[in-house]
Amino acid sequence: MADPMKIRAVLDPATGKVEVKVLMAHEMETGQRKDAKGAVIPAWFIQGVTATCNGRTVLDAEWGPAVAKNPFLSFRFGGAKAGDKVVISWVDNHGDKRSDEAVIQARS
Amino acid sequence: MDSSRREMLRGAGGIAVMALAMAAGLLKPAAARAMTWNKAAFDTKSFADAVKALGGPPAVESKDVVLDGPDIAENGAVVQFTIRSQLLDTESIAVLVEKNPNTLAANFQIPPGTDAFVTTRVKLAESSKVYALVKAGGKYFYAAKDVKVTIGGCGG
Repeated sequence: MADPMKIRAVLDPATGKVEVKVLMAHEMETGQRKDAKGAVIPAWFIQGVTATCNGRTVLDAEWGPAVAKNPFLSFRFGGAKAGDKVVISWVDNHGDKRSDEAVIQARS
Repeated sequence: MDSSRREMLRGAGGIAVMALAMAAGLLKPAAARAMTWNKAAFDTKSFADAVKALGGPPAVESKDVVLDGPDIAENGAVVQFTIRSQLLDTESIAVLVEKNPNTLAANFQIPPGTDAFVTTRVKLAESSKVYALVKAGGKYFYAAKDVKVTIGGCGG
């Protein structure tokens, strides 16, 4: 199992929007690189990312191997309040997956 | 001689099919994602082909799509872009890198209630034009930007 994601979800009371920042731990191997012996290092990358809040999907993404190693992602959504949970899940092309959550904080 | 060779081939095929079925059974959720993952779009090698594979007619350049990123990236392995769309009914936002081995890097579905805004980091194999492609109201719009890369993000 991969290392946990770092997730921050902050509600801006002025706009009513939640800004989410996610840092994932993943090699995101492209399948283009070769090792010291000249053998191709097989592709290994996150293919799908889903973010939900209160059971509602707030972002759904498909990624290719061109997303950078240890992917960073930021997005904003409305309709949630401080204390609600944001759940982020990913699945990679090996079928490995990981799901983490964060409680929405109000910006002070 | 010939027929026994055929038998052997058939046998080998059967084993491969069984192995596939087992893998599918063991990795069911991944298999489901692998089936929905738009391989055709991620395999494309040009902006026009990627737009077509994502289901679009040719995209139109639009000032309502804003692509923020560096003019010069020292390290092509990590280049951050922010994409904003001011178009009503923005349904999806994609990032495409023209000179990468495959053009499409990422495609984000934006459900109602989520801002048409996303920040992500991608790899650039070499200096390239980078596109932000937005689907809004069933139509496709884009913004583009040239990014110069000092050290490539792919290859070895």
